[in-house]
Amino acid sequence: MAEAQIKPLTLNFGPQHPAAHGVLRLVLEMDGEVVHRADPHIGLLHRGTEKLIEHKTYLQAVPYFDRLDYVSPMAQEHTFALAVEKLLGVEVPQRGQYVRVLFSEISRVLNHILNITTFAIDVGAMTPLLWGFEEREILMEFYERVCGARLHAAYFRPGGVHQDLPAGLADDIYAWADKFPKFIADLEGLLTENRIFKQRTVDIGVVDREKALDLGFSGPCIRGSGVPWDLRKAQPYDVYDKMDFQVAIGNTGDCYARYLVRVEEMRQSLRIIKQCLEQMPDGPVMTEDHKIAPPRRSDMKQSMEAMIHHFKLYTEGYRVPAGETYTAVEAPKGEFGIYLVSDGTNRPYKCKIRAPGFAFLSAMDAMSRGHMLADTVAIIGSLDIVFGEIDR
Amino acid sequence: MAVAEDNGLVNELGEYVAAQLGAKLDAVTFVNGELAIKTSAAHITAVLNFLRDDSRCQFKALMDLTVVDFPTRARRFDVVYNLLSIAHAQRIRIKLECDEETPVPSVAGIYSSAAWNEREAWDMYGVYFADHPDLRRLLTDYGFEGHPLRKDFPLTGHVQVRYDELAKRVVQEPVELAQDFRSFDYLSPWEGAQAALPGDEKAKDGDTDG
Repeated sequence: MAEAQIKPLTLNFGPQHPAAHGVLRLVLEMDGEVVHRADPHIGLLHRGTEKLIEHKTYLQAVPYFDRLDYVSPMAQEHTFALAVEKLLGVEVPQRGQYVRVLFSEISRVLNHILNITTFAIDVGAMTPLLWGFEEREILMEFYERVCGARLHAAYFRPGGVHQDLPAGLADDIYAWADKFPKFIADLEGLLTENRIFKQRTVDIGVVDREKALDLGFSGPCIRGSGVPWDLRKAQPYDVYDKMDFQVAIGNTGDCYARYLVRVEEMRQSLRIIKQCLEQMPDGPVMTEDHKIAPPRRSDMKQSMEAMIHHFKLYTEGYRVPAGETYTAVEAPKGEFGIYLVSDGTNRPYKCKIRAPGFAFLSAMDAMSRGHMLADTVAIIGSLDIVFGEIDR
Repeated sequence: MAVAEDNGLVNELGEYVAAQLGAKLDAVTFVNGELAIKTSAAHITAVLNFLRDDSRCQFKALMDLTVVDFPTRARRFDVVYNLLSIAHAQRIRIKLECDEETPVPSVAGIYSSAAWNEREAWDMYGVYFADHPDLRRLLTDYGFEGHPLRKDFPLTGHVQVRYDELAKRVVQEPVELAQDFRSFDYLSPWEGAQAALPGDEKAKDGDTDG
């Protein structure tokens, strides 16, 4: 008797699955427990950010970047600020550059804590999440002290950063950086040699070098596959070229390697944070060109010109010379790029946001084919996916 | 083909690409430290294959693919590819023009990451990619009509959705706004306005008798 052909079972994973890290609808074609095809349906968090930016002035576009990847907001403002500065031809004062690098690295730690701990809870370890979120709270307090907001910072602006560090913040960050390695050690103690964690992640979702490039990977995911590529080293921006740090590389390209890369990156971030605090010069944090940066409040009480600058800046904004640029930074998740086209007016003509997670999720099919259903959860966790940036 | 210079800086890679690809390129520019080339839809696969496989280029990663809309032009869309060469720490941008009707060859066979980017470009701009393995909409809702990032698509869209308590389902209705989106014309009236003030015509007439 001929064996009956069994139709593959189609399984909807999400959009309300806790391990989907947001609103992912993953349509899985299953043969028993084995995934035959994974088809992610995205766009459930699509807010039309790119369209909205086209209708706002350059300064008004900054807060939209906080809302893309909402676990590392400042890294994305950084890209936008760099892109606009490139078109404007504005130089950022040294102190401003140091503050940006400092907070980019704080964002990186903030992001990696969230990713590692939620990854751990996806594969069954609950304690790291409880410990990690306590540490995140400390970092978000630093955010709050510097810009007034815990999450949506709007702190990096074209021309520099909005305000200087308040008194005492630098010391507190340094003190935190001194004791944070203990947390990393605790975290590693829970996970790195944990038998269950390794069983769930080693040799799962392997991506080799060539494949990683072909799929457009970047950040910890491409480094986990053994490609020594980090934009902070390869195409340094701001003061990253003065920083002494190492790029963490994985060998195996599996979920476990991506985890290890992130852990090591947190340690390297601490080195950069300390160097920033030690080397940071005094001086302004924002360019003194008042066509781009607002004048001081005290000046506005005295000077008519400052008053006019302030008014023009917050109504009309500044005109950016016509041109185009693709600017990218090493955001915690990978290469976060902006393709910005200006037509010479005060609004961007086009602002395409290249989110690292978009490329990762598009590789979901290639990575999860032939794996078990439970492994797709581990793969999603290790890719560090946040839907704010993927759906835009 | 000569490479347009950026403040006297000549880009070696640009010269090399221009020499090798020759007639396949329409322009090579090097502005703001960014190398950009312009080609046409007919040559795009050949150009990308060359850039990926040539040992002096090795642009093995397609970081971004997008479309820019210029509605006043005859061929209104620019398709833009941003490539990255990890071996040489170089980037290059490739542009081609197309319109709503003529398809652009898909490059998903050259770079896997292009598959989703092309789906997004189709969804947002309505640029059709020929021979794409799976050209469905990506970001918009199931059953969505129109291409939202085109310049002639309104910011508020055409339909709004709500849950209808009587029909027990989500219904779509035409957008109704209590207040229009406020879009201010910031272009300065001192530079933009061409209104003639009474008496101004005398200055242009050229009659010098006063």
